[in-house]
Amino acid sequence: MGINQKTHFMADRPVILQIQQVVKRFGNIHAVNGVNLTIHEGEFFALLGPSGCGKTTLLRMLAGFEFPNEGSIKIDGEETKDIPPNQRPVNMVFQSYAVFPHMTVFDNVAYGLRVVKAPPEEVQERVKDALALVKLDGYNSRKPDQLSGGQRQRVALARALVKRPRVLLLDEPLSALDAKLREAMQLELVKLQKAVGITFLIVTHDQDEALSMADRIAVMENGVVRQVAPPRELYESPNCKFVADFIGRMNLFSGIVEGHEDGGRLKVKTELLGKLTIYYNEKLNGELHLAVRPEKLRISSEILPPSHFSFPGEIDAVVYHGSKTHVYLKTDAGPLLCATLTNISRSSICPKRGDRLWIGWAPEDTLVLSE
Amino acid sequence: MSFRSNNPIGPLDYSRRTWMKLILLGTFVFLYAPIITLVAFSFNDSRRNIVWRGFTFKYYEKAWNNSSLVEAFANSLTIALLSTLISVVLGTMTAILLWRFRFPGKAGYEGLMSLPIVIPEICLGVAMMAFFSRIGWPSGLHWPLNLAAITIAHISFSFPFVTVVIRARLASFNRELEEAAKDLGAGEWQAFKNILIPHMRPGLIAAALLAFTLSLDDFVITFFTSGPDTITLPIKIYSMIRFSVTPEVNAVSSVLIAVTLIMTTLALWFQGRNGNQPEDTFHG
Repeated sequence: MGINQKTHFMADRPVILQIQQVVKRFGNIHAVNGVNLTIHEGEFFALLGPSGCGKTTLLRMLAGFEFPNEGSIKIDGEETKDIPPNQRPVNMVFQSYAVFPHMTVFDNVAYGLRVVKAPPEEVQERVKDALALVKLDGYNSRKPDQLSGGQRQRVALARALVKRPRVLLLDEPLSALDAKLREAMQLELVKLQKAVGITFLIVTHDQDEALSMADRIAVMENGVVRQVAPPRELYESPNCKFVADFIGRMNLFSGIVEGHEDGGRLKVKTELLGKLTIYYNEKLNGELHLAVRPEKLRISSEILPPSHFSFPGEIDAVVYHGSKTHVYLKTDAGPLLCATLTNISRSSICPKRGDRLWIGWAPEDTLVLSE
Repeated sequence: MSFRSNNPIGPLDYSRRTWMKLILLGTFVFLYAPIITLVAFSFNDSRRNIVWRGFTFKYYEKAWNNSSLVEAFANSLTIALLSTLISVVLGTMTAILLWRFRFPGKAGYEGLMSLPIVIPEICLGVAMMAFFSRIGWPSGLHWPLNLAAITIAHISFSFPFVTVVIRARLASFNRELEEAAKDLGAGEWQAFKNILIPHMRPGLIAAALLAFTLSLDDFVITFFTSGPDTITLPIKIYSMIRFSVTPEVNAVSSVLIAVTLIMTTLALWFQGRNGNQPEDTFHG
């Protein structure tokens, strides 16, 4: 069941990275447990998951620092099993940036070219171009300790890009930057990727980062890929409870299928919110999870129109976040629902704790999830 | 009169407290007065080292013309240089081994390795003597081969010190740096040479200085492993003062102090130059 795998807009491009049934064990822990992924040329792909889900291990296997116990990884159609890291057509931007502290900016970026004995004129030219690309021209003779965190990251980026890799691997590249800079860098990374046309594979635990940058995202949990989808599809149509809960906020509750109606309607009996009729194409039986995003919820002092589900309740907590407000409403039937209100005007009225209100949502915004 | 002066002494302003200044002065006197006296009396124009009788270079000249003293000095320097070189290489390799790899019995090996640091020198000296006589180490070789026994003994007690220093330095190494080098196309050896060695450099210099000093002034172990034609400076000085402490001994000691000071200064200067100046660190 779940969401049909929609073809994404880059599916017609040549495949650059083919990961098949990859398993990596550390002792008796399965860090990566049977991952399949196909990544196309020019894609900005994100591996997203909580810490310890195996995403970094997978990235390190692509770079050649770890070797899979089972399965195969093909870069550009070539099996990588016996290729050491220094001979792979991929380069990496490390989480700590790993800028060589005893070399100048220029020497750092030039390292990857000099080490393979590129002619000096070519080194000069390519390093200059790479530094211009990341807007670090004029920093040639600076030492890393004279640079800010953001600048060091640019050095790491230029150093990897100057090698013209087939795939650029980025390991949590923005986690060490402060919030403002991080947002600016997200935008810049996307622009850079489109400009150079190199496939980017980023590992992150930050959903915002993945959603705002990637063309496609793979959500991982316990060494397994749970869903691969473009950001919008991932957010609006998660295929399982884990993804729904991990990405963004979600109101979750369980129910039992009671019957089907014509026109793709599903009658579900929930434990506490009574019987709900929702739209769903497939015929289902037994237990399922229902979910609805907080921003899809409406709050009103009167009962909502009959086209909506509507439950009376009392405001339990109001959490103000500046641009939006999270309102937690305890329904009389029991469940606590969270609604996100956008503060579209300076005078937006905010409910107070203890207010009695109606909460509800449109049936078509209900998500049906497998376990 | 006011209790609050314009600039009161803060709780951590120790350098502005009189009692602290006095303690500091006392410590310096205690530490350096003997050395200053030693150097000063090397210029004393007297057979005895008790009363100041005027300035002279005579004892330096005398020491310089004392061929057995010069020979002992040359022996000491040769042994120190060889032992430093070998123990730095050996100790660094051991440090890298212990830092990078996990193997069965690693903890035990680490303990065993630092044994020469904790074991009394006298025991090590006797053990070395017994060992060399047991295996029938040839005596009467030509210079500098006749110094081999002492050199080996010195290496065996100074390389653990090198290992300790280098390991401490390696603990601060970010392994991603080495991975980054490999990711950029460097092989094992290139990554080692271009990334790890520059990181270890301050440690290497400190370790080399330590090994050099340990070897140069070692008496106990050298005493048990030296023969009649392999006298080192500390042993020579010891045999000289058995008769009397002449200013000649002071002169030799002053030269030794000067050598150590110059070497330390050079090492520090070299280290500073590498740390501050942008230079082309890349060589192939």
